[in-house]
Amino acid sequence: MRISGLTGQAQRAGIEARHTPAARLKHNRSRLSPQQSELGWSRAGGNGQTRRVFGVLIRIDSVTKRYPDGTVAVDRLSLEIPDRAITVLVGPSGCGKTTTLRMINRMVEPSEGTIWIDGQDSRRQPVNTLRRSMGYVIQNAGLFQHRTIVDNIATVPRLLGWSKDRARSRARELMERVGLDASLARRYPYQLSGGQQQRVGVARALAADPPVLLMDEPFSAVDPVVRKGLQDELLRIQDELGKTIVFVTHDIDEAVKLGTMVAVLRTGGRLAQYAPPADLLSNPADAFVEDFLGADRGIRRLSFFSAAGLDLLTAPIVAVDATAEQIARAAQGAPYLLVTGIDGKPLGWSEPGALTAGSVDTGRLLSYGRPFVAGEDSLRSALDCAVLSPAGWAVAVDGEGRATGVISQTAIAEAIRGAHEAAPGVGGTTGAGEPKALR
Amino acid sequence: MNVLHFITSFFTDGAHWSGYDGIPTRLLEHLQYSLEALGLAALIGLPVGLVTGHYGKGGNTLTLIATAARALPTFGLLVLIVIIAGFGMLPVMIPLVVLAVPPILVTTYEAVRSVDRSPVDAARGIGMSETRILLQAELPVALPLILGGLRSAAIQIVSTATIAAYVGLGGLGRYIVDGLYQHDYEKVVGGATLVAAMALTTLGIFWALGRVAVSPGVRRAG
Repeated sequence: MRISGLTGQAQRAGIEARHTPAARLKHNRSRLSPQQSELGWSRAGGNGQTRRVFGVLIRIDSVTKRYPDGTVAVDRLSLEIPDRAITVLVGPSGCGKTTTLRMINRMVEPSEGTIWIDGQDSRRQPVNTLRRSMGYVIQNAGLFQHRTIVDNIATVPRLLGWSKDRARSRARELMERVGLDASLARRYPYQLSGGQQQRVGVARALAADPPVLLMDEPFSAVDPVVRKGLQDELLRIQDELGKTIVFVTHDIDEAVKLGTMVAVLRTGGRLAQYAPPADLLSNPADAFVEDFLGADRGIRRLSFFSAAGLDLLTAPIVAVDATAEQIARAAQGAPYLLVTGIDGKPLGWSEPGALTAGSVDTGRLLSYGRPFVAGEDSLRSALDCAVLSPAGWAVAVDGEGRATGVISQTAIAEAIRGAHEAAPGVGGTTGAGEPKALR
Repeated sequence: MNVLHFITSFFTDGAHWSGYDGIPTRLLEHLQYSLEALGLAALIGLPVGLVTGHYGKGGNTLTLIATAARALPTFGLLVLIVIIAGFGMLPVMIPLVVLAVPPILVTTYEAVRSVDRSPVDAARGIGMSETRILLQAELPVALPLILGGLRSAAIQIVSTATIAAYVGLGGLGRYIVDGLYQHDYEKVVGGATLVAAMALTTLGIFWALGRVAVSPGVRRAG
């Protein structure tokens, strides 16, 4: 399945649809790993065509930024930013992440070193030409309050000399893509919520279809619920458009969620670790990175393992109208039984002895917590379900919410051990690429 | 004999409505002096204020010059220039321009400086030239304040342009100067009333200008 890109860019690159996490996981196997980055070309798909799939678009080559007062914001930083992926720069304040981002579009000029854009020294082209080839999204969106939403988005196309009509129709197209209602087109920024304004900011950055998108803490100023929506939207848009995104944040969770590659910077502008998020969580390079990742990185790392391989049990599931014989058979070896409705949806847990054959009293059932979706959710979700369930067992459901099986905490723990053994972490020894966080 | 009586008798006297000393002629002269002075002051104050505001430099120097200019007594300046350059338009224009430049300059500088930095950063980041940033990102947002500066300058000019009469020129000051000389208080009050009316009209014009020139996105957001 292909998604048509705005300019056919996506087709050229052979970007596959990654809407479902499973598809995304599959896709990610072909994603860039540091070892592959030098190749640039690889055989993609099964159609026998050789296409450029992933390479390095931006190469930061031992770049230093020193201010006249002697402060060093960035210290001999080298990074290879892969094509068509999200690279996140993360670190505490004063680590030079924003300075690094701003050196890419020359809002800040490096004191030493070179930034190569698609093989060309970024200083070779006029600064405004360079900037117009890169979308730029900042905190608080930075919209022009005297312009309507549609004209805000049309800014860069207009700078590039498009006619007003063409720029506006392009802007309306972008509004739809970032999930903004068409009725907002003639409004002014002050009439929009913070989240909506940030969507306009993203649309404005995408308007001229630049290959690169620079995002400087774009979602920091909105509340957590809106932020999650914006993050999901960014991942969706990225699946469709396949831009090269450099994303700055101080939020490690955001970095792990969005990044294909994550660069952790330390105070003084030095690179602490550059790795895919799963590697970062399993193998932090040093105490600083480990500390920055936070206490529960083991649990968070489970987000990168699919729950699809779990051995679900169907025996301890009985329907609400089960006969005494069915209950007795189900009760063999299971301390609790999951009771489902006639439609197969879970109702709750019960000890086998408390069940009355023929018609179970649903009011006396124990809550089953939040089920996980088999085949979509991660081991983290499955474990979470088991921990939350009073019975200590997690309930798996299918897309329609029908119970497909149950699994104990012990069985999940075994699966986690198995997953860790199969994917020991950093170094790319598995060659499995960098899985993206599941739910 | 009160002020209202002076006003009614001045305006109902048919002789005041025609000829070289008639109200229409004096109004037009006054308008001409005011517009010329405002135009000159804006020509100096706006560009300097916009550019210094955009680069955020020279604010202290500007404030210093503006304070100094404000301290100059308008009438004293007029007399001084008459002594140096003789009679004519120059002794009228220079004090009026000196009077009007500081409010335009300082307000424009402050208006551009106070524009929210994040759209300006965004404008630069998406590849706008500095001129474009100033004209397309900063000016439209700073416009209400800039118009405010122009408005106070215009009102000061309209009120002060009466000094033209002291050096033998026309304008509404003619009524006041001549009236005082002739002890014709009807004329003095009538002239002063016209000046006040013109100042109020100026206010109205700037209000309308604000409605037309300022984007609703800026006007209502403020």
